[in-house]
Amino acid sequence: MSYKIVASQCTGCSACEPECPNVAITEKNGTFIIDPEKCTECIGYFDTPQCVAVCPVDDTCVIDNAVPRYQAA
Amino acid sequence: MEGLIEQPEAETAEATTAMDDIMQKMAEHKGCGTSGGSGKASCGSGAGETDLPPEIWEKVKNHPCYSEEAHHHYARMHVAVAPACNIQCNYCNRKYDCANESRPGVVSERLTPEQATKKVLAVASTIPQMTVLGIAGPGDALANPAKTFKTFEMIMETAPDIKLCLSTNGLALPDYVDEIAKYNVDHVTITINMVDPEVGAKIYPWIFWEHKRVTGVEASRILSERQLKGLEMLSERGILCKVNSVMIPGINDEHLVEVNKAVKSRGAFLHNIMPLISAPEHGTVFGLNGQRGPSAQELKALQDACEGEMNMMRHCRQCRADAVGLLGEDRSAEFTTEKIMEMDVQYDLSSRQAYQAKVEEERQATVSAKKEELESLAGEFTDIKILVAVATKGGGRINEHFGHAKEFQVYELSTEGAKFVGHRRVDLYCQGGYGEEDALETVIRAIQDCTAVFVSKIGGCPKNDLIKAGIDPVDQYALEFIEKSAIAYFKDYLAKVKSGEIEHSERADATIRQGAYIAA
Ligand code: SF4
Ligand code: SF4
Ligand code: SF4
Repeated sequence: MSYKIVASQCTGCSACEPECPNVAITEKNGTFIIDPEKCTECIGYFDTPQCVAVCPVDDTCVIDNAVPRYQAA
Repeated sequence: MEGLIEQPEAETAEATTAMDDIMQKMAEHKGCGTSGGSGKASCGSGAGETDLPPEIWEKVKNHPCYSEEAHHHYARMHVAVAPACNIQCNYCNRKYDCANESRPGVVSERLTPEQATKKVLAVASTIPQMTVLGIAGPGDALANPAKTFKTFEMIMETAPDIKLCLSTNGLALPDYVDEIAKYNVDHVTITINMVDPEVGAKIYPWIFWEHKRVTGVEASRILSERQLKGLEMLSERGILCKVNSVMIPGINDEHLVEVNKAVKSRGAFLHNIMPLISAPEHGTVFGLNGQRGPSAQELKALQDACEGEMNMMRHCRQCRADAVGLLGEDRSAEFTTEKIMEMDVQYDLSSRQAYQAKVEEERQATVSAKKEELESLAGEFTDIKILVAVATKGGGRINEHFGHAKEFQVYELSTEGAKFVGHRRVDLYCQGGYGEEDALETVIRAIQDCTAVFVSKIGGCPKNDLIKAGIDPVDQYALEFIEKSAIAYFKDYLAKVKSGEIEHSERADATIRQGAYIAA
């Protein structure tokens, strides 16, 4: 699985972008999106997903159930 | 001066015209709105040339945010290039701007560093009084270091005369002090609302620190430690540091006296206590849980309590972050990203300097006018103090129509003279003619602690209503210097009290206007 950003909640503040250890987050028309190919749920880097921890709006960076769980190598 | 475009007429050759003509012309032609006026050679603060160390006075005297006197003549602008933040404050809804420096409930236009630089140069070429660029909210300037410093770098290269400042919550500050010094940033504002983490826990739900979200008392302990450390580091390097505090009744109001001591001992040169702005529609934690902001008297009492300790700043308008112009006005509509990108900007340093030299002359004139009048008060002693509200659009004069005033400057008059103690926003009560009853009531509520209101002009209806509310509408000093007139009025007032013609009494408290300052 990967994290995703709920577009309707995102303020576009960009706080998450530089925190992602995998550079999975990019801006698209004022809102931010997570590339599920790149997101590792921060596994291998940090105990908590960085985007979740820094995001000012609760429940904006959430698990994307549509993507299979990330497998640490 | 070749290649000079977009020069306001005021700074070209016929700049020999009387200065107030120029100010007036600027005001009319360029839409320069309200800025306060006063001849006080004092800093925001009430501290003047004499109270501050010379090297600090040199740095603040043209800074419209720090010098109460300079902000009547010079302008600042903010650009919003740093939207991210690394903490959460209960008075902030991050859908909007940072409540540090701007009002909650307002969204500023976010710019890239390149757009921001172009905007700054465009504004500086059009408004020669623009001498300060700040990076404030939305967000924290130092939570976006790359964008913030890129902007500074580009401006430093093209417009070295513009002073740079930034505001921060302080969490990341110790890490960037060297960089701040490198870009010649000489003014930093730190928002410090507490020095006791127990108090902080009621203000900050969390911080993002070392890759974790830290909550509770621990969050505030770290934040406070970082803020004070950052302040000390700035002081060591001789970088001016102002502290902002948001006064939250029942949470940190009494505690701010403590904060005042802590920041003063670490070298902050100015402490600005601002009222909490919280309305439910802003969607902030405080807005939603009914936390109230302070009344005008509560705010003034706290500012007075801290004044003995250090310089207090009373003219902060909590303007919106991307406002452009003299304090109290906003010309940002002239400088939207779209318009800027089309502009052909030529930065002309020498004409800016010529204009600023004129402003200096005008400032000197207001200072001497005040001195003379003050001397005539010598020998009078009484405990009587009154507040007066003044409508002005700049240049240190009473030159605004009552119905056009977006805010009033409030002065405290005593035998010591006229002291600027704050401003009251009323926004526009009149959009063309008189009439709107409740709007007038709003104005009256905002200045009901004042004995008189000085205006250049006022219509009959509002005049009667003011008199009914016990506020004396005064238009006899139209276009004159504020402080000189205020002292003259006070002399009359004292004489009338003595002769028994009027009775002096304490006045009721006034309300602080909630909501964003958006000049129309
Ligand atoms: S969970 Fe971690 S890896 Fe995934 S997007 Fe968020 S910060 Fe990046
Ligand atoms: S931190 Fe949250 S609100 Fe800010 S850009 Fe990322 S997802 Fe959007
Ligand atoms: S520091 Fe500013 S942007 Fe960050 S939460 Fe506080 S008020 Fe909002």
